[in-house]
Amino acid sequence: MLTVIFVLIGLLIVGVFLLLFRVQSLVTILRDTDERGGLSNRINGALMLLVPLIGFFAAVYHYPIAAKHFLPEASSVHGKETDSLFWITITVVTLMFLFTNAALFWFAFKYQYKQGRKVVFFADDHKLELIWTAVPAVIMTVLVLYGALVWNRAMMQEPPKDVQVVEVMGKQFAWQVRYPGKDGKLGKYDFRLTNDATGNEFGIDFEDKNSEDDFLPREIHIPVNKPVLLKIRARDVLHSVFMPHFRVKMDAVPGMPTQFMFTPTKTTVDMRASLGNPNFNYELACTEVCGKGHFAMRYLIVVDDEPDYNKWLAEQKPFLEEKPEFKGKGMKSLRKKNVATNEEIKTKKDI
Amino acid sequence: MELQTNVDGADVHVHEHHHDEHEHHEDGFIRKYIFTEDHKTIAKQFLILGLMWAFMGGAMSVIFRLQLGFPDFNLEWLRPILGTWINETGKLEQEKYLALVTMHGTIMVFFVLTAGLSGTFSNFLIPLQVGARDMASGFMNMLSFWFFFLASVVMFTSLFLETGPASGGWVIYPPLSALPEAVPGSGAGMTYWLISMALFIVSSLLGGINYITTVINMRTKGLSFSRLPLTIWAFFLTAIIGLLSFPVLFAAALLLIFDRSMGTSFFLSDIYIGGKPLHHQGGSAILFQHLFWFLGHPEVYIVLLPALGITSEIIATNARKPIFGYRAMVGSMIGIGVLSFIVWAHHMFVTGMNPFLGTIFMLLTLIIAVPSAVKAFNYITTLWKGNIIFTPAMMFSIGLVSLFISGGVTGIVLGNNALDIQLHDTYFVVAHFHLVMGSASFFGMVAGVYHWFPKMFGRMMDDKLGYVHFWATFIGVYLVFFPMHYIGIAGFPRRYYSFSTFDFTKSYADLNMFISVAAIVTFSAQGLFAFNFVYSIFRGRLAPQNPWGSNTLEWTTPRVPGHGNWPGAIPTVHRWPYDYSKPDSDKDGFSDFIPQNIPFSQTPHSNFENENELIAKQEGKNAGGNQQHHH
Repeated sequence: MLTVIFVLIGLLIVGVFLLLFRVQSLVTILRDTDERGGLSNRINGALMLLVPLIGFFAAVYHYPIAAKHFLPEASSVHGKETDSLFWITITVVTLMFLFTNAALFWFAFKYQYKQGRKVVFFADDHKLELIWTAVPAVIMTVLVLYGALVWNRAMMQEPPKDVQVVEVMGKQFAWQVRYPGKDGKLGKYDFRLTNDATGNEFGIDFEDKNSEDDFLPREIHIPVNKPVLLKIRARDVLHSVFMPHFRVKMDAVPGMPTQFMFTPTKTTVDMRASLGNPNFNYELACTEVCGKGHFAMRYLIVVDDEPDYNKWLAEQKPFLEEKPEFKGKGMKSLRKKNVATNEEIKTKKDI
Repeated sequence: MELQTNVDGADVHVHEHHHDEHEHHEDGFIRKYIFTEDHKTIAKQFLILGLMWAFMGGAMSVIFRLQLGFPDFNLEWLRPILGTWINETGKLEQEKYLALVTMHGTIMVFFVLTAGLSGTFSNFLIPLQVGARDMASGFMNMLSFWFFFLASVVMFTSLFLETGPASGGWVIYPPLSALPEAVPGSGAGMTYWLISMALFIVSSLLGGINYITTVINMRTKGLSFSRLPLTIWAFFLTAIIGLLSFPVLFAAALLLIFDRSMGTSFFLSDIYIGGKPLHHQGGSAILFQHLFWFLGHPEVYIVLLPALGITSEIIATNARKPIFGYRAMVGSMIGIGVLSFIVWAHHMFVTGMNPFLGTIFMLLTLIIAVPSAVKAFNYITTLWKGNIIFTPAMMFSIGLVSLFISGGVTGIVLGNNALDIQLHDTYFVVAHFHLVMGSASFFGMVAGVYHWFPKMFGRMMDDKLGYVHFWATFIGVYLVFFPMHYIGIAGFPRRYYSFSTFDFTKSYADLNMFISVAAIVTFSAQGLFAFNFVYSIFRGRLAPQNPWGSNTLEWTTPRVPGHGNWPGAIPTVHRWPYDYSKPDSDKDGFSDFIPQNIPFSQTPHSNFENENELIAKQEGKNAGGNQQHHH
């Protein structure tokens, strides 16, 4: 019943619209509206001024409400620098945006058609062209240089010897993390060793001695004010490591390990206190579309002060302790097994 | 003429038919409307198919905006259209959400803003504005449309596959797009996508070769490159860019087909999926991105330049003033065209590409802002001290300039690699390119339709409906995409089905709702345009020969130009196309314009000194008949 009423109302609205339209177009035909600069032109001219103005004031009114959630507080060294660059750039481009749009709509309003207005035949002016080529060029140069400086500091530093290495691996649809353990070295891996059924989701090669103390925690813990080097990879499709509070983003690519180094500046506890939010957590998200669960690849990051971090480290148990059956198993044993299987198949065929 | 009613229109129509039958030189229905070689009909075919795709692509965005704005809303009522894409709980299936996003992007970028925009207006305007009877090769031109039609059929069919259409994003990055285990859309859907795009590229190349050849070889007497309307410059450069970049996408698509079907490893390596390791080794997923964006970035300008060309023409005409800085406009378009080939890796700052390369690409990217800024300033200066008539086309052109600036300035933010770390793949990017290339180009396309509709169909569109359409769309587009920047600055990632998983995306539910409502209203407003378009084809007022008082050659043709465009000789061009409101001319106000085919000798009062010198040359040339003119 309700649907019928809705349909009827819809038809009525369409009918009224059509009728109005027909009346309007007939009136237009009767009254030769080809006079330029008529009422329509004046209304549109006025709106050219009014609409942008209303939009401007609405945006100004709304800005403080919206701005509360802008850039979550930066808690890494390079994040503070990119944030200043961001706000400087935003200021510059907002001024450009306002200045040019104001000119555009002001001229549209001011120079709307008037019979007898003397139009200036103004086809060229080299000085003006030079000015508005040079001014943007100078602004761009400043922004490029500033940007290159910040980028180089963020992305092109050699990792120090004592850097905390954390391996982050993306898969559909979860992150997994591996720490190098006491020796500070991650063991080798090979995608052919990956086996979800037996539990070697990383494809760790346990013939490599460095693998023996590697551990796989449930959340990332990192020490505050110490550089952290993320070793990033993916095992199925592209993913992208995104840690919004640390201003960290780097794609995870199957077959091509990537990395990102950053220094966190605020512990989770400090952050909770300063935000007044006891439930605050640093998060890791995926920003490269990877399929169905792309929007739900959440992983937690905890920034600890030195004592807390060491305490946490001491609690972690090497993977081999939980799964001792993997000990000594790696690429060599896999190859041996494959050769054996092949021979077996061959023998069976021969028989 | 201007007061003619529809009754008169019908009379004329009958008369034309009568005329056709009498002379027996007209083609039959199939040759005239379907497999036609007439550039004007082909243009209309591109336009109508493009507009159909535009409505489909727009409707898709409304559906996923419902999911994003109203995550708890029951979509059960969409089941009659979407079928199993709606799951048992009345929600949009997560993988089909990705399919919608992917299809929306593919359709809008390629089928609407490449074929629908460039295909329509290059085809329609190049012969008419350069003074040619038709394209260099009418047959290739016909093939160009029919390859696009085939591409459309294949892409449309893929929507009905059980596993769904391609769903890896419009950029189809492998391995996601290569492995059916990763997402169902990468099965048959992706195969259809690749076949469709291969056909589309063929269409685009056939068209492009024709546009370039026609502009170079078939300009009428007197129409030097320095007198070309800016529309033609834009279409010409667009075609060159397309010709150089589309083959690279073709190569990428071909290699992806090999990886998918023949077991090669161009883009795949070290993959464990579906419980087993795959045999692929040594490929590079990043290589695909380089190939894709080598087309993908020029593609942005393939979409944008025609819109800018159309805008230049419409703004000059309706401001009754020459376009400011003609040479600078051409120069900046050439600059943008060249630079568009060397900025592609700014889409890849955080893919693990060498960070030093990132700095180089940031530098090149920000250079491209300079010619873009010059264009914007020149548009604004063209309005200054003009005498502006707000036709719907003019309003959409002014809207385009505003959107081009608003979306362009955020490109300065994103092009800075240090800032891109945080903003890459967030809604800031979505807002940026929807303003600068999506909406701006769409505005250019709509402006072009309003402006050249009288020449296409011999009738006028209703301008009042046009005004309402403009204001609804202009306000709507800003309401949708301006707040989207905020969401991006807060770090919300793209292509997320829902924002409920993360703490940092818990805010802005209200703003997302607002955007969705604005999007639905804006989309609905396009119904006004559809109605106006269809209605005016059949019942619109008969158009005068030159309704906007424009200088370019197409307005010297009859109301509805027939095959061959001009019934008599092709007009000769004597001047540039922007002689509006020349000082000391004999006329004033709206009527003060001098079409390109009027020789300087007829306008003694308004000529500049150097133009008076040209009179002697022009007359000498005319006396010399067909002799070549030497410089």
